[in-house]
Amino acid sequence: MAKFNKKRSQSSTSINTASLPDIVFMLLFFFMVTTTMREVTLKVKVNTPSAVEIEKLERKVATSYIYVGPPVDERLGSATRIQLNDQLAFPSEIPEFLESEKTQINPMELPKFAISLKADKEAKMGVVTDVKQELRKAEVYKLYYSSKKRQSGPQL
Amino acid sequence: MARKKRSTPEINAGSMADIAFLLLIFFLVTTTMDTDTGLRANLPPMPLPDQPIPDIKKRNVLEIRVNSQNLMLVEGEIMDVAQLKDFTIRFITNYGKDLNLSENPEKAVVSLKNDRGTAYDTYVQIQDQLRQAYTEVRNSASQRQFGRDYNDLTDAQKKIISKDYPQRISEAEPEEVGGN
Repeated sequence: MAKFNKKRSQSSTSINTASLPDIVFMLLFFFMVTTTMREVTLKVKVNTPSAVEIEKLERKVATSYIYVGPPVDERLGSATRIQLNDQLAFPSEIPEFLESEKTQINPMELPKFAISLKADKEAKMGVVTDVKQELRKAEVYKLYYSSKKRQSGPQL
Repeated sequence: MARKKRSTPEINAGSMADIAFLLLIFFLVTTTMDTDTGLRANLPPMPLPDQPIPDIKKRNVLEIRVNSQNLMLVEGEIMDVAQLKDFTIRFITNYGKDLNLSENPEKAVVSLKNDRGTAYDTYVQIQDQLRQAYTEVRNSASQRQFGRDYNDLTDAQKKIISKDYPQRISEAEPEEVGGN
């Protein structure tokens, strides 16, 4: 018969918590660094479509966003509008926007500069085409049609 | 002056963990780890003013048109978007059998033209269908040649496959037509 050690030490052993703040701080710094606060407040409604053949963005830091959709403020009507940074804009303002975005990223990343187009399902292609034409004129050729992941199968 | 011996007062660090936890929870909640995803497109450069129109046989062009009612015409016939993938695969891998479809995958071109009033969702679904078709064709070709899916190939092998099955989706230069 095995001999069981019946006598357990009754005094409650306290765990040393001196290193707890260190661990918590480590986690804290991790989240502080990875956190990105939502950069802009959306002025247009954006409900992106879903697709199968989607890819991840190549370099998130070298990506700028253009939002396209109907305005959130209903007094502005329901026609498709463009949002650059924090305000509604016209297609003619895109070249200026691209220039200022390009100055904000590391020159090494410039070849990877891409645009993620966050457009609403209901947006009209006319406006999207205008955006694309402006991008081509500004010689920005990398474009992502931002969409959610969907398993294969029919849409709608 | 003689120095008094001071006992260094100890700061109670017991609440440090609490403060750190509080901050940690705040950042945990506000963090958005969303990785943005999307359909990748490479826009073509603007055409030069006197750029010649490339001479492509009509049978090698898959003509897709979408109107402002989100109805799609493929080679002049109305088609449901969900069927586009299968038709595109048939078009690419025709190898000259059907006289109206492409001669071979290398020459096949998809031409997409949409109206200004087309919904963005429809456009993305069409682009997605076309990409799915090309992925499937390339996958089956790579399975035949290398026994692996296209995405698992080395760069050199990818080049061979994509040379045989180039993904050419051309979009017509926009025109001011149709309603908004």
